Amino acid sequence: MQRTATSNWLGVAPAWFVIGIFGVLPMFIMLAISFMVQDPYGGVEWGYSHEAYIQFLFEYDLDDSLLFNPIYINIMLRSMGLAAITTVLCLIVGLPVAYFIARQPEEKRNLFMLLVTIPFWTNLLIRTYAWILILTRNGVIDARFQALGFEPGTFDLLYTNEAILIGLVYSYLPFMVLPLYASLEKMDFRLIEAASDLYASKWQAARHVIIPLAKPGIIAGSLLVFIPSIGAFIAPDLLGGGKRLMLGSLIHFQFATARNWPFGAAVSILLMVFVMVALLIYNRANKGQGVAMGGH
Amino acid sequence: MRAPVGHYPGLKLWTALFFVFLYAPMVVLVGYSFNDNRLAMIWGGFSTRWYTKVFSTSGIAEAALNSLMVAIVATSFATAIAISAALVLVREAKFKGAGPSMALISMPLIVPEIVTAVATLMFFVMLRNWVGFDLGLGNIMIAHSVFCIPFAFMPIRARLQDMDVTLEHAARDLYASAWNAFRHVTLPLLMPGVIAGAMLAFVISFDDFIITQMISGPGTTTLPVYIYSMIRQGVTPEVNAASTILIIVSTVLVTVYWYVSRPKKT
Repeated sequence: MQRTATSNWLGVAPAWFVIGIFGVLPMFIMLAISFMVQDPYGGVEWGYSHEAYIQFLFEYDLDDSLLFNPIYINIMLRSMGLAAITTVLCLIVGLPVAYFIARQPEEKRNLFMLLVTIPFWTNLLIRTYAWILILTRNGVIDARFQALGFEPGTFDLLYTNEAILIGLVYSYLPFMVLPLYASLEKMDFRLIEAASDLYASKWQAARHVIIPLAKPGIIAGSLLVFIPSIGAFIAPDLLGGGKRLMLGSLIHFQFATARNWPFGAAVSILLMVFVMVALLIYNRANKGQGVAMGGH
Repeated sequence: MRAPVGHYPGLKLWTALFFVFLYAPMVVLVGYSFNDNRLAMIWGGFSTRWYTKVFSTSGIAEAALNSLMVAIVATSFATAIAISAALVLVREAKFKGAGPSMALISMPLIVPEIVTAVATLMFFVMLRNWVGFDLGLGNIMIAHSVFCIPFAFMPIRARLQDMDVTLEHAARDLYASAWNAFRHVTLPLLMPGVIAGAMLAFVISFDDFIITQMISGPGTTTLPVYIYSMIRQGVTPEVNAASTILIIVSTVLVTVYWYVSRPKKT
């Protein structure tokens, strides 16, 4: 079928129209709002202000001088820390699993992948809520402790950083396993045989053959886990008790409760900057990968 | 005998534990939804009464209906838009707008949900205040259409990439109009991809919580938003039953999707 440039543009026009107006435009409006003046009744007043960005770092002292305020920086650092630990934990848990599945016969492999994907498509809110039943005082685990004669509340992890971490790992683990599996599935297992024939130990083979071959999956999986983790709202809200523990909850709070649009918008912009940086690192790492492959 | 090459001890156990971790919370939730005891955490025998209760709660029925309408409309729009874009982006190698178009379509996947949620909220509030634009449930349908497009797009693109263009060329050679060739040759061949994409879009829309919660108001509550408001009031058997219903809907849809989209052995 002959198609002209015009008909090509017509084909993608609906996507441009819908995503452009209702996806991209709101992001630019948000950027503008982050530089406006807060209207205490919600919304904004016209006029330039970088108050929102100052508020992230400072508070005003009684004599109007700026005082460094670490509270939001701490939330940001906690978010980054929790997201980083989540990413590493997902990798540690996911890599052996992806490797095991990749080595199964095809029928079994497909079944395993279905089992990995089902939670991925199940409502995140509900999957996180289910952890409350397990982690809370008098919950599934605590009840077992009580049956053994321990005091009620011996096991009570709810509303702790550990609970948030469990929730995050649980939420995003499939995002790690899927790309890892995709890169390991294509792997030529004769390479491990070759390594073994050349007297490499199992661990040397893992370190020098499997992990380098899984690298594209490791990079993609880390990105797919890190980005949603850093902006997570549900896990810190339900399992952390919603004490504004992470950037996602901080943003949510500004709109749902504090009605400070410029500040909420500014924090969102900051989050977007992190995402952009992560994407840039990803692109850089991927390019390095391409060069390394070309060099062989 | 020497263990096979590439075999590591404990892998099987590790994978088994992984699946326990993945499924235990859901199993616990489903199990407790059949708990007769009003105190959700203390087992009081088997009962299905909470399901009857859930179905007779008026708010839930309305929320479920809203969810269904939003998901159907968003899925239809997203799938149509995705088909149109995929036909160009897969087939037209020389199209200059391909790169930017791909970036645009993937955008909803890259932006954290909470950011999309608040940006959309501010946008809709401004539209309402300045030009009086407020479609109620329609606003939610629009927002869902945006983030459903990439999910509908991916399986459709994958199917198109594997598809043979010669049949379509043959139809055109036999004087079929462009529309007829599309309608009677391309679309039927593309159907498995379309069904798969539509199902993914449907699940994504039906499950969405963060974005919907931000932009929904009175009368436009969806099922996940309703369940969240129940969860806020504490662990109750009703929440467990309502959640179990959602888990079953998603599981069935994804399993069907998996069977439909699985590569056929030839």
